[in-house]
Amino acid sequence: MKPAPFEYHAPATVAEACALLAEYGDEAKPLAGGQSLVPMLALRLARFEHLVDLNRMPELAGVERDDGTLVVRGATRQRVLERDAQVAEAAPLLAAATPLIGHFQIRNRGTVGGSLAHADPASEYPAVAVALGAELELASAAGTRRVSADEFFVGTWMTAARDDELLVAARFPVWSGPCGFAIEEVARRHGDFALAGVACALASGRAGLALFGVGSTPVRVAAAEDALLAGAPADEVAAIVVDAIDPPADVHASSATRARIARHLVARAVMRAKEQHAAG
Amino acid sequence: MLPVEMTVNGRRQRALLDARKTLADFLREDCELTGTHLGCEHGVCGACTVLLDGDAVRSCLLFAVQADGANVTTVEGIGGPDGALSPVQDAFRQEHGLQCGFCTPGFVVSVTALLRENPKPSEDEIREALSGNLCRCTGYQGIVRAVEKAAGS
Repeated sequence: MKPAPFEYHAPATVAEACALLAEYGDEAKPLAGGQSLVPMLALRLARFEHLVDLNRMPELAGVERDDGTLVVRGATRQRVLERDAQVAEAAPLLAAATPLIGHFQIRNRGTVGGSLAHADPASEYPAVAVALGAELELASAAGTRRVSADEFFVGTWMTAARDDELLVAARFPVWSGPCGFAIEEVARRHGDFALAGVACALASGRAGLALFGVGSTPVRVAAAEDALLAGAPADEVAAIVVDAIDPPADVHASSATRARIARHLVARAVMRAKEQHAAG
Repeated sequence: MLPVEMTVNGRRQRALLDARKTLADFLREDCELTGTHLGCEHGVCGACTVLLDGDAVRSCLLFAVQADGANVTTVEGIGGPDGALSPVQDAFRQEHGLQCGFCTPGFVVSVTALLRENPKPSEDEIREALSGNLCRCTGYQGIVRAVEKAAGS
């Protein structure tokens, strides 16, 4: 047994889960798919007195359309998004991002809310949420509030959610009219965390561009989005992005390498999004 | 200690377990099904892959208590009850899809899940599906051929 001992809770409702989080505060951690949390527990990079399992709560799984919004409940498996026709239609960027996450065995278990709440800066869903302008719904014993994806991600593995709050749903606005979407990334091996990546969304009068793996949160470059909206060539948008970012260096790649990769990926994603938008 | 009950390869298994015991350790130590191998124990190598209610998952990233009430299939449950090899296992043998065999249970379970969902995968789809399992001996070429053979049989 590799993880340190913990007390296991398997609440049947969101209200029970929130009561547990309220009671135990930072000694408790919600356990969603466990594909990031359990390795951290096994390596003892993290340790909690209480784990609150989110896998026995039917109200926390599923996808539904609420007018102009695609609501993805927190414990919905990533594999569901990969196959769901409603997701492909309402949020094509979300559907396109999903196969890039880990491997199919990981996506069978990994959840949307878990990935967003884990907030790894090199992961795909946070960048998609930022690019599309999603809102995250947080529940606690005190009530429910919504936080924009822009404000939710505050640092590496850090979010605006309090210790007593549970990410119960991600609300993705359905972009209407002619749209173009593209996600691009470079990883050492398929399924590895990306060295750099970008999610791009383009509609008439609206553009979203969020990079991942190049900062401590998804990185949005407003000037590049403006240029994209104004119809600037893809290379120009990419140059604006590269001037604005300062990617981290580690054993996998230097900062300069990540910036070079990001430049190519942004150009490619913008080109694809523009073509798709034009084909409308 | 928590009471846990699940079906493993068609047999009901009951135990009192520490919450922190992984499904992989439960299968190996309590069920004595040592076909499920543990390589990295943090979700990278895929050697511990089992079917949980039909879906391929890492049994090292799941606590056994989480599988309470579930239906689990390990590599021991993939072949016939008389010990006959499944088409996937037979193809691995024919095509030299294994050498030392340590990673093989994970590959066999993953490929079994792949072919149930996608009985005629393209070579690209096969390589993509194999990306979640590591093999240090074969160089993967024999494994890709084995999947192609199993899909054709």
